Amino acid sequence: MSSNGVAIDIAGVSKRYTIGEAQRPTNFRESIVAMMAAPWKRLRHLRGHRSTATDFWALRDVSFNVRIGDVVGIIGPNGAGKSTLLKVLSRITPPTSGHIDLDGRVSSLLEVGTGFHPELTGRENIFLNGAILGMLRSEIRRKFDAIVSFAELEKFIDTPVKHYSSGMYVRLAFAVAAHLEPEILIIDEVLSVGDLHFRNRCLGRMREMRDEGRTVLFVSHDLTSVRQLCNRAVMLLGGRVDQDGAPDEVTRAYEQMNRDPSIATAGMAERVNPPPHYHLRRVELRNAAGAVTRGFDAGDVMEIHLWASGRAPADSFTAEFQLLNDADEIISFGSANPVRDTYYVADQQHFVCRLGPLPLTEGAYSFSFTARVWNQVRWDFWEKAIGFDIQRCDLFRTGHGITNLHDGDFVIQQEWLAGD
Amino acid sequence: MPQSVQRRLRIEPARSWQGLQLAELWRYRELLYFFVWRDIKVRYKQTVLGALWAIIQPLAGTALFTLFFGRLGGLSKQVNGSYSLFVYVGLSLWTFYANTVSSAANSLVGSSHLIAKVYFPRLLIPIAAIFAGLVDFAVAFAFMLVLMVVYSVPPSPLMLTLPLFLVGTMVVAAGAGVLFSALIVSYRDFRYVITFVVQLWLFATPVLYTIEIIPEKWRLLYAANPMVGMIAGFRTAVLGGPLPFGLILMSGVVALLLLAAGLRYFTSVERRFADVI
Repeated sequence: MSSNGVAIDIAGVSKRYTIGEAQRPTNFRESIVAMMAAPWKRLRHLRGHRSTATDFWALRDVSFNVRIGDVVGIIGPNGAGKSTLLKVLSRITPPTSGHIDLDGRVSSLLEVGTGFHPELTGRENIFLNGAILGMLRSEIRRKFDAIVSFAELEKFIDTPVKHYSSGMYVRLAFAVAAHLEPEILIIDEVLSVGDLHFRNRCLGRMREMRDEGRTVLFVSHDLTSVRQLCNRAVMLLGGRVDQDGAPDEVTRAYEQMNRDPSIATAGMAERVNPPPHYHLRRVELRNAAGAVTRGFDAGDVMEIHLWASGRAPADSFTAEFQLLNDADEIISFGSANPVRDTYYVADQQHFVCRLGPLPLTEGAYSFSFTARVWNQVRWDFWEKAIGFDIQRCDLFRTGHGITNLHDGDFVIQQEWLAGD
Repeated sequence: MPQSVQRRLRIEPARSWQGLQLAELWRYRELLYFFVWRDIKVRYKQTVLGALWAIIQPLAGTALFTLFFGRLGGLSKQVNGSYSLFVYVGLSLWTFYANTVSSAANSLVGSSHLIAKVYFPRLLIPIAAIFAGLVDFAVAFAFMLVLMVVYSVPPSPLMLTLPLFLVGTMVVAAGAGVLFSALIVSYRDFRYVITFVVQLWLFATPVLYTIEIIPEKWRLLYAANPMVGMIAGFRTAVLGGPLPFGLILMSGVVALLLLAAGLRYFTSVERRFADVI
């Protein structure tokens, strides 16, 4: 294996999930109901009623190699199998068939701060989290000071992390992860949590890893960072490898695919191929008069109406949007919480976000939406759910429009005076 | 540890019987240490009375059982010396057992987030719960020594055999804990089952009564409850009397069989945990 310089050899990997089996009761009431219902289900089963469980292939015959020193970006729409592939590679779940050979010390990072305990201090969590990520105690002790100063938390290192702000928490978590020294790094889109500063540091650290000759395999929705960081990209579609090649070409193919079909022209969109579990299913953009439209002017107020299917897995959750420009770069972000103090209860199925006045320049934009409990697993990510246009940007009524072709995506409130 | 040592790795579909993979467990021994350390730290940070609970629990039980079983039920007549001390000695080990079995059994679902996000041998989680219980036991044990002074029970050389019964109890706890932890992942019903199993188990074990009330000819069969030998042996070692070797041997063998069965089931399903938890 190492003789031909291959770090990761994925050979015919498939993964099957049985839907319906994985859905477990999540609270006491449901478990009682499930318990009472269980004998009935068994009985019906015995009488020959077929179970409603259906098979779902998250990965189908996926094969590719990653050479030592390669930085490979895995892209693809939701449900394409990216996360499943990472889970199989991280040994969290076994493949149903096929196998993977790994040559080199592996660290896999599906999120930052795994295993952090709120009652423990920053110092204690560094050791715990480090050990969970596979570091030796001696190694953590050696790197301890570097981790603390990287996180800029010297003063709070003996404070329980439950008293940390979410920013401090993420900084500490990332500091530990950044001090891993694997030969192969497998990393999920942890980069999309946290603020811009944090994301830049993540990207910076990944760049360093690349320059040190480590092998990196990372899943991302952010095509720009895939283009910047990777020397190869693999696009998954429906559990199979659809494209494998230079990042520019693969990401372009992905954009192409996304552009063609269903980005709605009417100011509303229904989910195509929604995931089977809880998900967002419909979105409408409405103007100040309440009309559904995709055309807005800068300075307008927009109302986003989002509908979800069924009951959310937990209370106190948030809906979020990412605002993308026409190069698919994320240019803004909003959420019910923690950006604002709105927490939705599990029964809530309709969410409204009043947005604006929009400070955007003329051009095409789109939204992606997420539903989740902040800082936890996201239940659903509806990528590029809907597009809209800013038709006219003349905030100061000068008669001159500003477009996002040359002048950026935003217009900031401004006043020009004559100095002395 | 884990990945630092292991350079090459093949990831394959789950076979029904993975084996114990002792080498893998050994590589992750530091993580076991950290899990134990975390459990202990968190427990003492979250409770106001901290270590006192380790004494309050068996002590309250002792008071209750002395009143109801000793006085009203007349069990105290069968015991030479103080019935309260008799019960406390048994309860100190039983409390350790009952607490570790329940916390081990619920440990996997309590760590579902970890299981969904990182790889490590899943066995570490219930095993860590067993070791974490040792601190509480040490406190309850120390208080037992105080009680021995109060009741002027002289320590006998038999006390040197105590570690044997402690380890035996840990084997039983690990067997039952590992088995139930895996069952609970797939069938949450077992959360309720374990609660009353442990409650009933107390009465099937000579904690509140002496083994003498079991007819001689049934005693060996009785010791197929592995906690019988552990409690009887432990208490004899503290309070004196001839060690019931036959029962201890029987219980010891059953304890090992239980552990083997628990590990067998656990290892055959552990790779599925992330999919169903």
